[in-house]
Amino acid sequence: MLLPGAWGGAMHDAAPMQAGLDVKLRQERSIPLDLAFSVAPGEILALVGPSGSGKSTTLRAIAGLYTPAGGRIACNGSIWLDCEAGTDLPGRRRRVGMVFQSYALFPHLSATENVMEALGALPRDERRALARALLARFHLDGLEDRLPASLSGGQQQRVAVARALARKPHVLLLDEPFSAVDRVTRRRLRRELVELRRELSMPTILVTHDLSDVIRLADRICVLQEGRILQTGKVEEVMARPANATVAELLDLEDEDDPVPAGRGLTASPWHGA
Amino acid sequence: MDWDALWLTLRLGGLTVLTLIPVAVICGRWLAVRSFKGKPIVQAALALPLVLPPTVLGFYLLVALGSGSWLGSAYERLFGHGLVFSFQGLLVASVIVNIPFAVQPIQRAFEAIAPDLREAAATCGMSWWRMMRRIELPLAWPGILTGMVLTFAHTLGEFGVVLMVGGSIPGETKTIAISIYDRVQAFDTVAAGRMAAFLLAISIVAIALSYALTGRVGRRHA
Repeated sequence: MLLPGAWGGAMHDAAPMQAGLDVKLRQERSIPLDLAFSVAPGEILALVGPSGSGKSTTLRAIAGLYTPAGGRIACNGSIWLDCEAGTDLPGRRRRVGMVFQSYALFPHLSATENVMEALGALPRDERRALARALLARFHLDGLEDRLPASLSGGQQQRVAVARALARKPHVLLLDEPFSAVDRVTRRRLRRELVELRRELSMPTILVTHDLSDVIRLADRICVLQEGRILQTGKVEEVMARPANATVAELLDLEDEDDPVPAGRGLTASPWHGA
Repeated sequence: MDWDALWLTLRLGGLTVLTLIPVAVICGRWLAVRSFKGKPIVQAALALPLVLPPTVLGFYLLVALGSGSWLGSAYERLFGHGLVFSFQGLLVASVIVNIPFAVQPIQRAFEAIAPDLREAAATCGMSWWRMMRRIELPLAWPGILTGMVLTFAHTLGEFGVVLMVGGSIPGETKTIAISIYDRVQAFDTVAAGRMAAFLLAISIVAIALSYALTGRVGRRHA
């Protein structure tokens, strides 16, 4: 199972200098933020934290949908945001693919047209062919002409992922991508994303409430609270050695419908220190 | 049947829609997406024609457009005739009277578009114009159509303001609503009845058309 030719190639382009995503955000007013992290090409970083911890704001700042008071965001060597220098590239000029929590599919456009809208200035026929190839990659063949409302939650999510990838993004942002579907669909979609990630070479950020998403998908985890990073590191390490009681408590907030596999959960390796 | 008056009324309705709707789309979207200090005052001012007695509105328009005002005198210098008691003056008055009928449904339609769709459009790399053309205008279309129908139907029936600003000059400012009034005054109830029935029919068709079209758009999205 591979992405259509054009994508496979594009996603494995030779990485330019300073490959990956660098994020530093800092502001005191409205939503307090004081954090810095990097995501390497091909790496998935999970942002975890209680609601109001700044996860979504961070994601939106990277996508150019929110301008923080201070900070710097660079991707593959190009500056997207530099508050000191007054640089603030609008969202449409940042090469991001974003899957919204509610998917935000255009309700009046078919699945194909939704994906076509993200394919920019290519000729219409070419866009249509590419969109159909992408949809087929996500097992949506036969549903190309359906409007979002006549697709199931899982199918809508796949259209949203296809649309996010259509632009050949330099960064992929997933905002609670499984929160709007039932448990069974959630597992299936997660499995698909696990398969897909082998083909993706861009940095990916996953915002989630669910620890089992983190364990199955992410390479690294970044635990946020009130706009600050409490701990960041490899998923196994943070799970095994939470830096303090707050982190341990935050990571234990997961729902219990999807048991953590042995050896990767808190129960299997007690945390040290407080 | 006063065909002159009917033709003039239809022309006035059509031109009012053509002039007002582009402005109402810009204004309605701006009110829908922006929040700013004094927004309630702007909205109240735009809704004023809904609650003002037509004669009061007509009086102020008469003063504002008359040759004593800067607008009226500037117009007179440019075109050689006054704005009041002319078709052009009637059009200006009609546009102002219809502002709430056009702006409000359009504003509601833009407000109903989920904000994350605009954000999704941005992350898809769409330019502002493309987002308007492909996403916002199609989604707001039922509201725009409702604004057009309400404006047109309301123009056909407007009486007080038309009489104040336009008088009743045949072929220039005498609309069908005024013609009906004239016929009733002259005890010509047959002619008045015929024109009233015609106006009623046009209004029903316009409203039915608006419901049918918005209903179809609604089903497409469901």
